[in-house]
Amino acid sequence: MKKRSGIGAIVLLASMLGLTSDTAHAMHIAEGILPPQWAALWFALAIPFVAWGLRELRVRSKEEPQLKAMVGLVGAAVFLISCMPIPVPTAGTCSHPCATGMAAILIGPALTVVVASIALVLQALFLAHGGLTTLGADILSMGVMGAFTGYGIFVLARRLGASWVVAAFMAGLLSDWVVYAGTSFFLATALHGDGSLETMFLSILIAFVPTQVPLGILEGVMCAGAYRFVQTRRPEFLMMLTKEREA
Amino acid sequence: MRKSLLVGLALLVLAGILVSRSLVPEAEWAGVDESVVEKFATEAGRPPSKPWINTEQGDLLLFLFLVAGALGGFVAGYQFRHLFPPKSNSQSDPSHV
Repeated sequence: MKKRSGIGAIVLLASMLGLTSDTAHAMHIAEGILPPQWAALWFALAIPFVAWGLRELRVRSKEEPQLKAMVGLVGAAVFLISCMPIPVPTAGTCSHPCATGMAAILIGPALTVVVASIALVLQALFLAHGGLTTLGADILSMGVMGAFTGYGIFVLARRLGASWVVAAFMAGLLSDWVVYAGTSFFLATALHGDGSLETMFLSILIAFVPTQVPLGILEGVMCAGAYRFVQTRRPEFLMMLTKEREA
Repeated sequence: MRKSLLVGLALLVLAGILVSRSLVPEAEWAGVDESVVEKFATEAGRPPSKPWINTEQGDLLLFLFLVAGALGGFVAGYQFRHLFPPKSNSQSDPSHV
């Protein structure tokens, strides 16, 4: 009961802080943009990942009592960072990092899908940030693609002998870019009409480039910084994930 | 030294943002949701619809902020030691992580 309340505390705290953000500046696909059949398809693809994450949360938290608190904290960070507009001087626009790459190397990709889903539901309900009908696509791009890319890149880089700084930086950088590539694809499938899917996809992707290239680099730095922060203060949290990987 | 670097970096970013206002005077600082997502959606004939819960009515957003802040603060305070346990004396080496 106490552990469950811990996660609730963090999510509520995140909501509190997140509500201070004004207009959303986001990769989130807004309400009503996706036709019903596409929205339903992305939901159907996202649900198994969310179910997997919930199952992993139940199983792992039995073995690691502190896991839920860590998941709650990371969830709060994902919520805040993914609705925090950052001005990009080179483009004259604003956008936000996704933080799911960072979350994935701290708590694992499956749990990251869960925290990203909670963050996206709260943002869609109260901040007009994304939408309920487009939640499936948003979970797939930010939660699933961002988390699994970040985690995969981190593990691969470490196995190739890269230092943790480089591995965490690459995880943050590439997860950010993949999230926006995913969003471009989901939009293109729904909006290309009689035109070419490939042309629409590339047009949207290129439109994201001036904003997301610098922001991806910022996300890489942030990811390495967050990893370092946890590594120096709570190394046992990182050990939990290492044990999980080795199991 | 590290603190100076961080402060310097933060100041550099701030200066970059301020300077960019004069370098890119036409910049409107619109979010990519507006400048990219909505633009393409509107051009394709599927503009975004209104959110199901519009919190930009009067002081509704402020009220929600108050409620979430009060609830979050109480629960986080009650669970503080669980969320932030005293630092352990673990000798574990995370360098291989």
